[in-house]
Amino acid sequence: MAHGPAKGLSRWFYTTNHKDIGSMYLWFSFAMFFLGGIFALVIRAELFQPGLQIVEPGFFNQMTTMHGLVMVFGAVMPAFVGLANWMIPMMVGAPDMALPRMNNWSFWILPFAFAMLASTLFMEGGAPNFGWTFYAPLSTTYAPASVTFFIFAVHIMGASSIMGSINIIATILNMRAPGMTLMKMPLFVWTWLITAYLLIAVMPVLAGVVTMMLMDIHFGTSFFDAAGGGDPVLFQHVFWFFGHPEVYIMILPAFGVVSAIIPTFARKPLFGYSSMVYATASIAFLSFIVWAHHMFTVGMPLLGEVAFMYATMLIAVPTGVKVFNWVTTMWRGSMTFETPMLFSIAFVVLFTIGGFSGLMLAMAPADFQYHDTYFVVAHFHYVLVPGAIFSITAAVYYWLPKWTGHMYDETMGKVQFWTAFIGLNITFFPMHFSGLAGMPRRIPDYNPLWADWNMISSVGAFMFGAAQLLLLYNVVKTIRGGKKATAEVWEGSHGLEWTVASPAPYHTFTTPPEVK
Amino acid sequence: MEHQHETYYVPEQSKLPIFASIALFLTVFGLGNYLNELSADKDGSGFTIFLVGFALLAFVLFKWFSIVVDENMRGLNSAQLKRSFVWGMGWFIFSEVMFFSAFFGALWYLRNMSLPHLGTGPTSELLWGGFQADWPLMVTPDMAANGEGAGVFGPEKNMSNPGVGNWTGWLPFWNTLVLITSSFTVHFAHTALKNNKKGGLFGFNAWLGLTVVLGIIFLILQVEEYLHAYQHMGLTLETGVYGTTFFMLTGFHGLHVTMGTFMLLVQWLRSVTKGHFSHHDCFGFEASSWYWHFVDVVWVALFIFVYIMG
Repeated sequence: MAHGPAKGLSRWFYTTNHKDIGSMYLWFSFAMFFLGGIFALVIRAELFQPGLQIVEPGFFNQMTTMHGLVMVFGAVMPAFVGLANWMIPMMVGAPDMALPRMNNWSFWILPFAFAMLASTLFMEGGAPNFGWTFYAPLSTTYAPASVTFFIFAVHIMGASSIMGSINIIATILNMRAPGMTLMKMPLFVWTWLITAYLLIAVMPVLAGVVTMMLMDIHFGTSFFDAAGGGDPVLFQHVFWFFGHPEVYIMILPAFGVVSAIIPTFARKPLFGYSSMVYATASIAFLSFIVWAHHMFTVGMPLLGEVAFMYATMLIAVPTGVKVFNWVTTMWRGSMTFETPMLFSIAFVVLFTIGGFSGLMLAMAPADFQYHDTYFVVAHFHYVLVPGAIFSITAAVYYWLPKWTGHMYDETMGKVQFWTAFIGLNITFFPMHFSGLAGMPRRIPDYNPLWADWNMISSVGAFMFGAAQLLLLYNVVKTIRGGKKATAEVWEGSHGLEWTVASPAPYHTFTTPPEVK
Repeated sequence: MEHQHETYYVPEQSKLPIFASIALFLTVFGLGNYLNELSADKDGSGFTIFLVGFALLAFVLFKWFSIVVDENMRGLNSAQLKRSFVWGMGWFIFSEVMFFSAFFGALWYLRNMSLPHLGTGPTSELLWGGFQADWPLMVTPDMAANGEGAGVFGPEKNMSNPGVGNWTGWLPFWNTLVLITSSFTVHFAHTALKNNKKGGLFGFNAWLGLTVVLGIIFLILQVEEYLHAYQHMGLTLETGVYGTTFFMLTGFHGLHVTMGTFMLLVQWLRSVTKGHFSHHDCFGFEASSWYWHFVDVVWVALFIFVYIMG
């Protein structure tokens, strides 16, 4: 039982340890973050000024597609799974994940899936070029041959997600230490429990829709072909039935992270714990009945437009509960502003901006104007970058001392925060304006009318990219050495993970702790 | 047997996951290459890579399950670990439910939204030559618009309900009987095991063996139905959305029945040749039987929505 880490590479290939696997997930996600970031910078470089300067339009389309796919499936999702692997067993007082070997399988599928996906860039006909939402018939009738590999990559990364989620649910439901009742679990555990449920519910639907594509492409079926009685709009319905819960899959664990960090640095317990749990569950439920708000302009019956509009607006209620709870937690707290706290406060402010533009988009009649413009791009980057990415960064700074046993360089952390914060706002805020002025998504060349906003966005994008190099440097530096961290690490920290030494021993809680 | 304070068994290093990943990658990479070679009319090594990958995957999974069975026999699996397996199987079946939901949802949408839309108003008159929506869809929009020059033709005949009076000559009815019976037999097997009756005419092995036989009969009848559809009914995957939904739904169900039959067969072989399973330790069998009940429920839904209401 008390076996330590193995020597050499076999440790990583054959491991069953949740901490090893968590680290691999996090490093893999970091690598994908840089890959997707390079794709983004190609896009921004081309859009620096009107006209075609750097890449062909066809390649530009491959860049927008691959940027989205790599960031969603390669960077954000594995990062949260990595955090779950590292933290959930420690937070609930379990010796490891419930099914340790399957845990390693879930991880090792990913490098293969993304190697296959990335290799499409070098295939004849190029990489997928139909946008990360891969609408039929662009992704079927008019797709490059590499779409087949895209489909299979999605299949196996879906299998990875399902196995990972099953593991997380089994761990949370079955492995809690005595006394760790459901309503005593840290909110990060709660949000992941609900996220895992969402993943198991919708990843099979994604598998279904890519299977329909595969059959239409290679076996002559008519799912998305009106000539045979099918319908391209069917694709959009099935895709977004997956896609909308998917965007909450990328944000619910972020809520959990921020709900852990803000109480620590405000030195107050989280305000409204149980309302946070219920709000998370409500958001998850609502995510299943709002998917068609992505399709207001597709020609739905009026009743559909209205129903999906109101259901979407309802989401603002539980989300508002959360935002007010975070703010109230900080209210009259004894606050300090270490790097994780800075990222978390930025999360609350900027994610709220993304939420507000989401409310604007939720209004069906107004959405007819915004649809497929840069306003939408601004909206979802405001929820994903300061939402998902900032919370992941905050989590890395927050738990890095626990993982490595060393304190990170606080000054460099703050420099990274401000560079990222300013860079991201310079990048994405102008997109609201270019979008409202009518600039469509996914175009390599554009009307000079939007030139100023685009130039500003491109400058910001490179600044944001540079900030991530600082993060990489800071993480590597912290792993290699630094001021020794105590077990509690933070003055106001609270929870089982802070009761074990820093760095956390290879095996923690082989006998479950008693939780009072 | 019963320990007071059991520790949760965390296996040491394992080579299984990495090899399973390599195998899974080779399987889909080979299959992708093979499909692209077929579409481009080229020769290539896709199919070979697929076969190698699939064989490796089968081998790794065989080893994996053997090791888990072996650990259980050695008493390493605590009651808590066994509950993890129960949760795991339960949520896996839920994911399968959602996979089928996507296809049932597609069937619903095509019948109730897409086709009526294609068959009315300017969409029908201006685009599709006065196409009339009908289910089963025998005349595709393409045929209505382009007649003999169409690219997508409907089937000549369909599999729909011939009226209750004619059910005795209707294969899907017999398939339904076979599969529902098998759900009962697998339940009787479970009951027999719980009563410690493994051998004999009404024992676990006999009931489980009968279930496997029923599964195989179902599959044979299904192949028969497909052959009949392709050879005598002009009903193929390529005959518009009726053929598409019919074969995709029944086909994926058939694949799951194949999986389920194989799982039950393995449990039967374990019981007969190795004497595995006792009344308090039979999760391999129980998990397979849950899976079996699940494919049975899917079939009932298929029978209602694809055949009777078809």
